[in-house]
Amino acid sequence: MGFMEQPLAEARAPHWLQSLQARGQSRWSAGKLPTRRTENWKYTPLTGLRDDYRVAAASDVAPAKLPDALAQGLGGTRLVFVDGVYQPSLSSVELPEGLQLCRFADASDAQAALIAEHLDTLVGGQAEPFASLNTATLRDGVFLHVAANADVQTPVHLLWLVRAADAPTAISQRVLVLAESGSRATVVEQFLSLNGAEASFTSGVTELKLEANAKLHHYRLHEESGEAIHIGAVHARLERDANLDSFHLALGSRLKRVDVVVHHAGPGAHADLNGVYLPRGDEHIDYHTTIEHAVPHCTTDEVFRGIVGDKATAVFNGRIHIHPDAQKTRAELSNRNLLTSTEAEVNTKPELEIYADDVQCAHGATVARIDDLALHYLRTRGVSRDEAEVMLSFGFINELIDGMALEPLREYLRPLLAKRFARDDTLARHLL
Amino acid sequence: MLKIQNLHARVEGKDILRGLDLQIGPGEVHAIMGPNGSGKSTLGHVLAGRPGYEVTDGSVTYRGEDLLAMDTEERARSGVFLAFQYPVEIPGVSNMEFLKASVDAVRESRGDAALDAVTFMKRAREACKAADLPVDFLKRGVNEGFSGGEKKRNELIQMMLLEPSLCLLDETDSGLDIDALQVVAKGVNSLRDGKRSFVLVTHYQRLLNYIEPDHVHVLAGGRIVRSGDKSLALDLEERGYAWLEDEVA
Repeated sequence: MGFMEQPLAEARAPHWLQSLQARGQSRWSAGKLPTRRTENWKYTPLTGLRDDYRVAAASDVAPAKLPDALAQGLGGTRLVFVDGVYQPSLSSVELPEGLQLCRFADASDAQAALIAEHLDTLVGGQAEPFASLNTATLRDGVFLHVAANADVQTPVHLLWLVRAADAPTAISQRVLVLAESGSRATVVEQFLSLNGAEASFTSGVTELKLEANAKLHHYRLHEESGEAIHIGAVHARLERDANLDSFHLALGSRLKRVDVVVHHAGPGAHADLNGVYLPRGDEHIDYHTTIEHAVPHCTTDEVFRGIVGDKATAVFNGRIHIHPDAQKTRAELSNRNLLTSTEAEVNTKPELEIYADDVQCAHGATVARIDDLALHYLRTRGVSRDEAEVMLSFGFINELIDGMALEPLREYLRPLLAKRFARDDTLARHLL
Repeated sequence: MLKIQNLHARVEGKDILRGLDLQIGPGEVHAIMGPNGSGKSTLGHVLAGRPGYEVTDGSVTYRGEDLLAMDTEERARSGVFLAFQYPVEIPGVSNMEFLKASVDAVRESRGDAALDAVTFMKRAREACKAADLPVDFLKRGVNEGFSGGEKKRNELIQMMLLEPSLCLLDETDSGLDIDALQVVAKGVNSLRDGKRSFVLVTHYQRLLNYIEPDHVHVLAGGRIVRSGDKSLALDLEERGYAWLEDEVA
């Protein structure tokens, strides 16, 4: 059997979910896997995909312990999944006023109606055929519903742990966020390998719907390692004056591909889209972002930075599409890359497509090595070359971390990143 | 303290220093003046070991050791400090992290115990106060978005915390208004203890009204062409550099 030829669907899924699955299944069966000749996949070969992934049944999943760094939590509601299976014992659900959260399987009739209405309405396009695969393999998902004008201060933390201990495992992740008008909320999606090296394939698709004047902080952290493959997408739709503040992080593994699509659908919408990718070894990370400016007076600030080491490869493709009606758009895109080895490679392509004449747009991409003068400056103060390199790599990324609104997440990420750049922890000690 | 003999150095294929001799004793303050392009900044960079500054001849002995054989960080750890004319911005690394890493490295190499966080913080605050820079600057990225004057004050803070034996100030006075100049001068004077030596590289005599030098040297064409006491600086202020360059030619 080839890759995901006949994805398994959960037998006991509710009826509405079964019909979604069937729709995904028929699209997936009709589609074709991209090749290197597919423009969107030019630099990301899919040769690492295996034929023998299997979906873990609930009964297969043994209890897990949370990694120490996460034990503290982010100070809000947390749902934990292991190999795609919900783990109530690791989860803590405390819902503040104005916030509803359910798994698809547990949805009330009213929630199911909303899910059926909104789910799968934003996906498609560049994220295909994997978006259809995700829908076809939908077993469980998370629906987050923020009521109009609710001001939810604590974050919702959705944690997908990958164990895949017994066999190469397929994991399907799906999230739908419906932020009603005037609401404010924070969502953290995190993917993390428990053991390190095992083969897994995760299909993760998140849809964010922001109604008028809603504000959503959205964080998506990919920390799967080793042989893990993740092909996922985040689709957001912003109505009038909505504000999306999003941050993406990918540490490397065998292959990660994330498509981020933001659709400005109402005037006055604003998106901050920041991201960091850090492949090393022979890892590969590919971010494809698309911002659709469909209406006037919307703004976008997008900053992605990568540090690529060893023989790793990275792809950044950032497209900003300004439709003919989208006058008075302001959109800025910056992509900077640091290569820390001569064999590291990055393919960066910012694309501006502008069909309106009264807009302000800027984009830039750079690929560089560590700045010699900054390195020298640190050394003239007695700091060793090795420690100076760690500090400069960290600083390059930390500029974006410092800008994150969610403090517990900054505190989680700082030591993680400092140590990531250091061969041994003493080189990171002044950054911890 | 420092003995420079027949120093020749080249930058990007161009000979800048051409036989520079200079000797600095403990506790002395030397001013090096000279027109643009005379090699003033090159001297500082060569002594600090900046990549791309190639020494083609001559020697530099610091406390009896071959300074040029030492790595940049070793020079710093053994007490040589260069205050940059254009301090470098390092966004994303806080001034505090930078200063602590620096002080720890220097103290460790001297065999001194690392400062605990409270003591370090106290000293850093004192240095900020002396440099007239708000303590908030410790939390900001290294020199990130600092004005020219703030960067120079930040160099002074580093110098105070690292307690070097030989301080090279590369045009620290350039671009400073009188108030900032007085702050920097006061800071430097407070570090004068009879043992610590200073080399003030400057384009203007003004600085020397506030920091009194023991010796003044004129650098032209990559060599010291005249040495004297502080009155030489006043001559230069009055007459410019042209007469000296003519005389030497």
